Parts: sequence; structure tokens; C-alpha cells
Amino acid sequence: MTTISERDYGTPARRSDTLVTLEIDGMTVSVPVGTSLMRAAAEAGVMVPKLCATDSLEPFGSCRLCLVEIEGRKGFPASCTTPAAAGMVVRTQSERLQQLRRGVMELYISDHPLDCLTCSANGDCELQTQAGVVGLREVRYGIREGANHLDAVKDESNPYFSYDPAKCIVCNRCVRACEETQGTFALTVSGRGFDSRIAAGQDEPFMQSECVSCGACVQACPTATLQEKSVAARGLPEHSAITTCAYCGVGCSFKAEMKGSEVVRMTPWKDGGANEGHSCVKGRFAWGYATHKDRITRPMIRAKITDPWREVSWDEAIAHAASEFRRIQGAYGRDSIGGITSSRCTNEETYLVQKLVRAAFGNNNVDTCARVCHSPTGYGLGQSYGTSAGTQTFKSIEQCDVVMVIGANPSDAHPVFASRMKKRLREGARLIVVDPRAIDLVDAPHVRADYHLALRPGTNVAMISALAHVIVTEGLVDEAYVAERCDAKSYAQWREFVARPENSPEALAAETGVPAELVRGAARLYATGGNAAIYYGLGVTEHAQGSTMVMGIANLAMCTGNVGREGVGVNPLRGQNNVQGSCDMGSFPHEFPGYRHVSDSTVRASFEAHWGVELQAEPGLRIPNMFEAALAGSFKGLYCQGEDIVQSDPNTRHVAAALTAMECIVVQDLFLNETAKYAHVFLPGSSFLEKDGTFTNAERRISLVRRVMPPLGGLADWEATCRLSQALGYPMDYAHPSEIMDEIAALTPTFSGVSFARLEQHGSLQWPCNDAAPLGTPIMHVDGFVRGKGRFLITQYVPSTEKVTRKYPLLLTTGRILSQYNVGAQTRRTPNNQWHGEDVLEIHAHDAEERGIRDGDWVGIESRAGDTVLRARLSARMQPGVVYTTFHFPESGANVITTDNSDWATNCPEYKVTAVQVARVLQPSSWQQAHRRFSEEQAELLNHGR
Amino acid sequence: MDAENLVKMANQIGEFFASFPDRAEALDGIAGHLRKFWAPSMRAALLARLDAGADIGLSDIVGEALRTHRERLA
Repeated sequence: MTTISERDYGTPARRSDTLVTLEIDGMTVSVPVGTSLMRAAAEAGVMVPKLCATDSLEPFGSCRLCLVEIEGRKGFPASCTTPAAAGMVVRTQSERLQQLRRGVMELYISDHPLDCLTCSANGDCELQTQAGVVGLREVRYGIREGANHLDAVKDESNPYFSYDPAKCIVCNRCVRACEETQGTFALTVSGRGFDSRIAAGQDEPFMQSECVSCGACVQACPTATLQEKSVAARGLPEHSAITTCAYCGVGCSFKAEMKGSEVVRMTPWKDGGANEGHSCVKGRFAWGYATHKDRITRPMIRAKITDPWREVSWDEAIAHAASEFRRIQGAYGRDSIGGITSSRCTNEETYLVQKLVRAAFGNNNVDTCARVCHSPTGYGLGQSYGTSAGTQTFKSIEQCDVVMVIGANPSDAHPVFASRMKKRLREGARLIVVDPRAIDLVDAPHVRADYHLALRPGTNVAMISALAHVIVTEGLVDEAYVAERCDAKSYAQWREFVARPENSPEALAAETGVPAELVRGAARLYATGGNAAIYYGLGVTEHAQGSTMVMGIANLAMCTGNVGREGVGVNPLRGQNNVQGSCDMGSFPHEFPGYRHVSDSTVRASFEAHWGVELQAEPGLRIPNMFEAALAGSFKGLYCQGEDIVQSDPNTRHVAAALTAMECIVVQDLFLNETAKYAHVFLPGSSFLEKDGTFTNAERRISLVRRVMPPLGGLADWEATCRLSQALGYPMDYAHPSEIMDEIAALTPTFSGVSFARLEQHGSLQWPCNDAAPLGTPIMHVDGFVRGKGRFLITQYVPSTEKVTRKYPLLLTTGRILSQYNVGAQTRRTPNNQWHGEDVLEIHAHDAEERGIRDGDWVGIESRAGDTVLRARLSARMQPGVVYTTFHFPESGANVITTDNSDWATNCPEYKVTAVQVARVLQPSSWQQAHRRFSEEQAELLNHGR
Repeated sequence: MDAENLVKMANQIGEFFASFPDRAEALDGIAGHLRKFWAPSMRAALLARLDAGADIGLSDIVGEALRTHRERLA
């Protein structure tokens, strides 16, 4: 094994159909117009020395190392900033050039520590490399003889990287990366001339600045100035593998850089289709949880949840689980057990869990965590367009003219895509934000929303109808597109509906709280501003009308002709890394892999033939149905892989009561999570570093996950599922996850062209990938909708039953923050806690003042479901009447407050609308006190048995 | 299964389809949704609730859909 090296072409590629041909060092080279001489040379295999240039950033021309000679031109132009031109004759090497470069390098080195042998970047330093390339043999100016920066103080404030100004050559790569790649503008060059130094924020330590720790500066730094602390501690890696991040639905590609089976660092992979070399603080740095001391690596069993855990062998744990499941089915019937797949597990693992439920359990009681996030996306887009997925690639944003972000906060939840979006916005694309909160995008550095429709929580459908009303009544519909591509009858019905006066922005302003003129302006911009794309998140789906809103979004895109090409479309931003994949793999109780209903006898027959069992034709129970059935006494056993339903699902006490009513809960996870505290069998899970497989991101992009270390518990998750199935009397024989994918491809038309070999060959593939689209399908619905004609659906606004009252006068919404991920099981076990160590309640100053609440006070939040206590944070992001919190810490009890209201079509919980009251308090809630006692007891039961 | 909750869920489904201009299409939509997404035990419990005959809380359109398409839902 060796480290995988990436070639740096010095400047970004240019896109043009026009080529120019020139001569470089005697070689004829043809490149697209606009390509730099440096890149043209690199593409011909000639590497011009450089320091300030790198191909992820626009050329800067400051280091003067990349000088070249051009016939017929005076001087020595910088090859990074000089565009290639037809007929040019370029020399990259000459005696004069060598003298110049050596002189430049000599000046750099005269103010750089000569500690190469003990430097953490030794062997991975561009300055060191280029000094060798230019043949530097002496430094005439002496070290420490003149003014220098060698005693500059190192900034160690960031937990993941250090900033050593003594090693800085002021190439500006970090500053440009923060601007161009990340879009945060946290870094700058302070001082002038010889005093120039990189500064974070207002010349503060990194951790006190607005730096978001994405790692772009570290990635860009050519020296050890910005260096990963993990590399400083462990040394450089000796081998590496390309894999896929296990955090959000962006699905970034990373190079896992290793020493043996130890991760030294994760660096974003330049050729990754989703991220193109960028990263965020989670994927780049927060991987230490994989080897955290809290990992449970031995299987455990117990008869009751009040018993101590007992460590056992895999064989005993699996045999016990299988025996219990069969006992329960014998006593309560075939349908008394079920399983939950995880969006944090691979496609192959989720496929196996649903197969186990359908084939070995003999029912369809399988569901997945997408139930509580994007199930309305699957339903809504399936109804409107015929496929349960987003329509675009992330790269499509580069062709977008109007971005509409609805109920999503990509800067926090999908940060790498947010950076790509912000880059396009800085280039001039217009922005409409539809969100109760003033999210980061509303007013970010060099980004400002043209419209912020700060609607009241729960009024999305009123808003989408109002937007449609303007488009229809003002003659902004793309009638030719609709006539050609959409169902005429449904369009006529929808058109008549949205044109009604009661759907006008003026009529609905009292509901939404948004002035009509803003809605009209936003609608006109969306309909007439060029390529318009909608990006949405859980602020759309997690409502009682989540599915209706998804269909409303689909209507809006269709009626303006914004589906079926680059730069447009409907783009659900998936929460977890493999939400799309877990849905694709048949994790829902009503459908097989590829979104085909279990009642379809042809499809069912194909699975029966392949799996060798008779399968049920009726839908099974969804997660909330399982809880209801458990409380009713008919559902008694659960296999839960990689999910923490107690922390993530709404109405915690209801969930806990349901789990308590079951007789055998098998949890497979990395840690003893909240759900595992109610479990009877614990199977050690494996992290993404410990197994092979694939993830599918929000673009439908299937990417390989590669095992770089052995499973700490001895088995990868897919192997444990196979063992359980075997013990249940239904053998599953796979030697490798690639064989599972082969089976998926054989049974699923949209995946028929997918295999590990082809993924290795192409890097990634976007489904559908089959004979009709052997290289996958980046853009959906190009020549027509998957269902045939696009279907308009009427979106009647139905107010939520969760209303503010005198008792509960505020509306609570919940969400995420950049540094933490979902239930926090991974990120809470990393230094990311330094950014967000507890969940807080964000509240508007007006609401706080009315209640005598000051910033930092403990406040009780009470809903009709329950109450909890958090620290208050006064926030200008909130509108009066709306409060917000995150759910990353179990002790916060955010979901103790949320109710069991849900989407009409999918039962996706209405997390985004909970009526609450907030008041200053002095002690934790009764639930929190009980939770602490219960957690301490469970910790004791864990320690007792180990 | 909690019958009250099933009624609440069914009524929510009814609220979506109630806006369809074609009543028959709306009734078919309600029944089709229940058939496609509800487990047999849930459908049976809902029908049992319907058969109870008293004030069961079902909206008119859902009640009509259940009666019209009872065979599909059984």
C-alpha cells in the first residue's frame, strides 16, 4: 500500500469549447481558452515551480517562482496568471529563470526556520520540495541576522490544527481558500510589506474568530504553518485509501491517510464529485469517535433492562437474539417483530436488514430513520415526478441564476454544499430564503438574500400556494413547457386552485406573517430570473403537511419550466449520509428496493425467486406504528441497527414507554446509546472506517466506502446481520459487500449498472445507472418525467393542530448546528464539543425580556408533550414568537417536548412546530432528573457486566 | 393500535384528498393511500372503528371512502 498522491495543476481548469494551441518547452499543447500557462504546462507533463498557486484556487501571482519566458515578450511573466494564447512559444527552464527562482527562494528561506528534520511537514512540504526543485544551495542573507519572524508565537487554540506564523511564507493560499473555497472570509493578511502576516478574524486566536474549522486553509497551506495536530503527533501517513464521509447527505469523498490501521488524517479528495476537494469540520477532523474509549466492542445480553449487561461471544449473542425473536413470534404471531435500518450504515447493510425482515422474519415490518426526516420527499416527488429523489448534481448550482432555499440551513447542516452555493451567489446568482429564522445565508459575507420570507412555522403550504398564485395570475407560467411535459388535467385543476383569491399573498399574509409584496417579488424573481433551483431541507418535510409542501415545490418548479436541465431542479438536502441510499434499498415497509410496492406481484416474484422464500404482499408497520403496536401489546421485538430512536424520535416518553413494553430489543451500534439503555441484546457496530460498502448521497451519487481498519468488535455490521439471519434459519452467504451490491443490481432496474468494479473505475455513479444510462444519470427528467407527464397536485393549506395558546404562546422549531451531527453520538465524542458543548434555546430578545430571561439563564420549555430545561441564548436570528433548539445532547431532552403529530402521508414527525411556554427556572426538569438517574443506573449495569 | 390515533391519521389523509375537484377520485385516493401504506392490522382496526357506528370521529369524506372501497381495504 502507498499513499495516493493528487496532481496539482497549479490553477483551476477552464471550460470552453474553443481550444488554443501553443508550444511549451518544445511540446505542442492544446488547452481550453482561459487556461493558464502553468496549467497548460502541467497538462503536458511539465511542472513549473510554484508556491502561491494551487489548482483549487484562482491564480494570485505573488510568489514569483513560476516565472517563464515567452518568445517575443519582454520580461518573465508569471505562468499562473498568464493565459495561454494561440501560437505562444514558452520556455519554463533557462539559466536566467533558474537564477531568478533561486533568488526568490533564497529570500523565502532567509526568514524560515531551518528545522526541516524535526518539522511535522518534513516530506510533505511544498517549500521544501520547491527549494530542492530550484536547486537552492545557500542562503546568503543569513538566518536570524536580519529582521525575521522566527520567534512569532504559535496559535494552538484550534483543537485540530495549529498556526505557526514563524513558518508562514505569506503566499495567501489560506486566505484565498477561506474566501474562494469556504466563503467565510475569516482570514486576512494584516500588516504590509515585511510585516505582513496571516490573521484570523480581528487578529484573534483561531478559536475566537469566525473560522468554522473547515480545514480549507490547512489543505491549501504549502508549509507546516497550518498543520493538523494529528500529523504533528503521529507523523506522516504511509498509506491511504479513498472513502466516503459518514456524516451529512453531501457525501464528501475523503482520502483516509493511515499509519497501519490508525488514521493520521482525513483529507478531502479533489476528484470527489460531491465535494471537489472541500470539507467541513465534521468530515475533515471529527473522526476520533471511531476509536473512542466509549466504543463497545464485545456483544452483550441481559434478560431485563434492570439487569446488568453480560459480555458474551458473538455466537451466544446472535443465538440468544434469534431464539428470542422466534419465541416472540411463536407467542404473539409472525408480525410481532420488526427491524429498523440506518442511514448511517451502508447500502449493503440496509439492504440486508430489510432482506432479513422480509425473508427471515417473514413480514414487512421494516422502516428506517428517513421516516423522521425525508419520507415526505420520497412520497411527494414520487407522486409529482415519478421518482423519489432529487433532480440535480451539486455541481448544477454553478449554472443556477436564482437559488431558493426553503426550510434548510446548509451552512450548518450541509456545509460543503453551502460553500458551493455561496460561491455561485458571490458570482451574482440571486437568493430567496424561505425560513422562520434568519439563517446564515440571509446575510453572510458577500452574500445577501434578495428576499427573506420569514414565515411563521407551520405555514409552508400557504406560502407555496401564494408563490404559485403570483406566477399563475401574473402570466409567468412557462406554458410551452407545461403543455409539452405535464399532465393537462392536473395542471388545469391546480391552476384553477392556486388562482383563487384565497390563495393570494395578500389573503395568506395573516397566516404566513409575510408581507404580500415580498412574496410577490420573490415569486417574480423565481419565475423570471433565469435558471431557478429550489433547495430544501427538513424545514419542509417535518410538518403535518410535509408531503403536501414537497408536492407544492414540485408544482412550482414544473410550472416555471425549472426541471430537466443544469442549473434548475428540486433538490432535497438529505440529513444523514445515506438517507437516499437507505430509502433506495427498500427500507420502507411498503416497498422493495427501487421503490416498488410489495403488492406488485411481478416484482415480488423476482425477489421470491432470488431469495427463495415467499414474501408478504401487504405493507408492514412504520416506526411510529411499531410504537403504537408495542403499547397495544402486539409488537414485542425489534432489531435496531445504527439508530437511536429514543433520542431522535419525537415524544421521548412515548418512545421509551413503547420500548419498555417490548420483550427483546436488539441494538447494533458503536456506543451504548439512548436506545441501547432499553435493549436486551447489544451487538457491537462498526464505523465507516471498518467496513467496505457504498453510500448514496443527496445527488443519488453512489460512492465507495473502504475499510481501512479492522472492525473493533470483530465483525462488520453486514456480517453481524448475516449471522443473525443464519441463526434464524435463513442463511445469507456473502464473502464481501460487493456480492451484496451484485444482488441489488440484479434485482433493481435503477441499479443494474452498479458494481464495486464500476465504482472503482468511475469513482462514483448516480442512479439510475443501467443499460440506458451506463455512466449514471446526473440530471433527472431531461427528456420527460419518469412517471410520463409531470403531475400537478392541489396543495390546500391545512393549519397545524399545534397552535399557540395562552398557555403555550411560543412556537418551537428544532434543527442542527455545524459542529454537531444528529444525535451527537459521533461528534459529542470529539473536540467538536468545544464549539457546541450543550444544546441551548435560542430566543428573541423581545420574548426573553417579557419573561425576564437574560442570556445564559436556565429556562424551562414546556409543551403539551413534556418539559425540559436548557440555557437561553438571545438570538437576532429568531423572530418574536419563535424559539429554536438543537437535539444533539440526550440530556437536553429536546424531543421530550416535541409531539407525536406527523405528516399526513408518511407519519414524518412535525418537529418544526411545537407550541411551548418558556420561563426562567432554577433546576433541571423532572424528566431530566429521571433521565440522569436512569443513565447512571444503566452505566452501572454496563460496568457491572464488563 | 390506538383507534383514536388511527382516526386522526385517517382524517389527515382525508383533508389532503378533500381538495380534489372530483369526489370519486378523492375517495379512491383515500382508499388507495390506506391500502398502499397502512398495515392490514391498522386498516382492520379502522374498519372496526367504522363498524362501531357511534360517534367515531371520522370525517365525512373518510367515512365515505371506507364504505365505498371497503373490499379493497379489508
